[in-house]
Amino acid sequence: MTVETRQGIAGGGHFASLLLAPLRWAMNLIDRPMSFVQRRFGLGGVAATFLAPNMLVFGIFVLFPMTLNVAYSFTGGGALFLNNRVFVGTLQYETLLACRDFLDAASCREDRFWRAVGNTGFFVVVQVTALVLVSLATALVLNREMRARGFWRAVFFFPVLLSPVVVALIWKWILQRNGLLNAALLELGFEPVLWLVNRGWAMFWAIFLSIWAHLGFYTLILLAGLQAIPRDLYEAAEMDGAPRWRVLTRITLPLLWPNMVVVILLALIRAVQVFDEVFVLTGGGPGTATLFLVQYIYETGLAQQVRNLGLASAASILMAVVLIVLTLIQLLASAWRERKEQR
Amino acid sequence: MLRKTTLAAALAAAASFSAVAYAQDPVELRFMWYSDGNEGDVMADLLSRFEEENPDIKVVLDNVAYAVIRDQLPVQLEAGQGPDLARVTTLKDLAPHWLDLRDLVEDPSYWEENFGNYLDWMRPQGSDMIPGYMTQLTVTGPFVNRTLFEQAGVELPGEDATWDEWAEAVKKVAEDQDIPIPLAMDRSGHRFTGPAISMGAGFIGEDGMPAVIDDGFKAMAERIAQWHEDGTMSPEIWGSVSGTTYRGANEEFANAEVVMYYSGSWQIGQFAETIGDAFDWAAVPNPCGPAACTGLPGGAGVVGIKYTEHPEEVARLMDWLASEPVLKEFYERTLFLPGHAGLTEAGLDYQSDNPNVKESLDTFVGAVGNLAPLANRMPAWEWANVTYFAIIGRLGQVVAGELSLEDAYSRIEDDIAQQIEEAQR
Repeated sequence: MTVETRQGIAGGGHFASLLLAPLRWAMNLIDRPMSFVQRRFGLGGVAATFLAPNMLVFGIFVLFPMTLNVAYSFTGGGALFLNNRVFVGTLQYETLLACRDFLDAASCREDRFWRAVGNTGFFVVVQVTALVLVSLATALVLNREMRARGFWRAVFFFPVLLSPVVVALIWKWILQRNGLLNAALLELGFEPVLWLVNRGWAMFWAIFLSIWAHLGFYTLILLAGLQAIPRDLYEAAEMDGAPRWRVLTRITLPLLWPNMVVVILLALIRAVQVFDEVFVLTGGGPGTATLFLVQYIYETGLAQQVRNLGLASAASILMAVVLIVLTLIQLLASAWRERKEQR
Repeated sequence: MLRKTTLAAALAAAASFSAVAYAQDPVELRFMWYSDGNEGDVMADLLSRFEEENPDIKVVLDNVAYAVIRDQLPVQLEAGQGPDLARVTTLKDLAPHWLDLRDLVEDPSYWEENFGNYLDWMRPQGSDMIPGYMTQLTVTGPFVNRTLFEQAGVELPGEDATWDEWAEAVKKVAEDQDIPIPLAMDRSGHRFTGPAISMGAGFIGEDGMPAVIDDGFKAMAERIAQWHEDGTMSPEIWGSVSGTTYRGANEEFANAEVVMYYSGSWQIGQFAETIGDAFDWAAVPNPCGPAACTGLPGGAGVVGIKYTEHPEEVARLMDWLASEPVLKEFYERTLFLPGHAGLTEAGLDYQSDNPNVKESLDTFVGAVGNLAPLANRMPAWEWANVTYFAIIGRLGQVVAGELSLEDAYSRIEDDIAQQIEEAQR
């Protein structure tokens, strides 16, 4: 038996080396140029060579359009191509920032921009807070031993797989005057509600829908973090008789913090960029009650008769600046916390 | 020797076969199209006949969503690209991109005679080019649910009834029949403009530039605001979305949730299908104001794109599609109002046995003759769309309670001025 096994292994080794031969040949082939790069540019040069293809793609599809966007924001006119556009300096930024009172959108020249800024700010604060808390609660529940745990995890993740337009259409059918929700209210003897015509309700459903659609993704990240926490810490806490709340605040949350940072950061960026679902659900209405920054940029740059690409670009640059500041604050807060814990 | 001769003959035959095959390779034309009703099917049917008659031309009908025509085609055109032909509604603003068919079509005088009334709608200011033809002439106007009027025992207002009389009547019907929306109007500046002209709005200044806010405009804007306040109009249509977003009430009308729906002739085909004989409906003449009883004309047209590599083939296809028998069949099968002078005069035999359809078509054909001169001027006016967009965005905010009417007026003027400044920069 032993002999046979050894023969098998020996045979398998021969087979594997045959399979690996092309790979070895390829490695030998690139060995010379790589050795040359290493000799000529050092180890850093080798790393740069490997990174180059990625950076090239990133440069073409991200950095280049971003640079173009900056250039467009200093131009005016209805022409599409940069070389046909008129240089207007900082005029577009001045137009956006022309306000008598920044807290009163009606006093601003571009009142719709400031209404969109206000709506986006409110959406970000409420949606991100609610999303993180609900994702955390869901992850904590799904991390417990329960029957059909895999099924429940799939249930929460399922909306993430749907297209945002599909999600919005489903909810539109539920919320419209003759929708499912009003039918249920009528059955119960209540008056139907125009959910998407009332300003407060429209914002509520925009936030609710956004949380419902993305909850699964963030829950998954937190669930992965929860499962990486060593079980023996919980066992030790149990042996010490630590209450559940203390276990949560002293073990779970501190060890989950790196995942929380990722979740907060991603949710924050996603919330500032909110567009597709809400655009299909409410079209930015009623009035401008759910008009967010990206919709303002889209409408200004693409949906008007004279496409104001300069103003739209300036608005998107301002939005990018806000995103960068928020991200930096988040990262600095995280670094400060880590340093404090190390001390 | 024999072998050499055979080889040479074989080579010559192969060469001539490939030459013939090359020569017979049909030219492919891309035709960008959108459909509201059955017109895509009708056009596909007509094109297959054209291909049978013209085997050297193959036409690919790209049936896309209207949003693609509205948002993506302008960008393609700006980049010097796009299809060979397209069906568009933005006829005037994109006119610099249209192909001039004057020297390419067989008989330019046929085009001038039959499409002359509408050529200015689709060519640059001051040009005499022939860019295309109208697939449909449209007129804005109201539809009513006649069954609801009958059930409520309310008489339909007559031909000269004013907007106020109509508003009062539809409200009575809605209250009696417990209908949620007495009066609905598409959320569109274009739809608002006809009634505003009836109230005396002037829109175009003496210099040809926008002069939008006047007493006539205010009279209609005030009515819109008032009707939303007193429940004659529901905020679901004008107040539920933002900016320039279009919102129709066609589904609500088809579901008998609207007593009177102000839209346009293009809805007839759709209502024939969606409503069927569920209730009696019909188009009625445009309500009156102190200045007129007018709707607003408009429509969609097929144009050649000047960036095409096959202008002669495009012109051949256009000649065929715009010929009287083909257009007659197209209009009759799609239930569209004709944009062809000869056919308008001769009359059409629409292919529908639905009396609601026949009556509505008659009403709209009559409405074409009753259009106010200013209404007829609007489609060829350079700043029409800029004006429509500004109106709907701001009046939508009034309906949603964000702006007062006075603020909306000044914002409308600012928005128009900003767009013109940007366009002229």
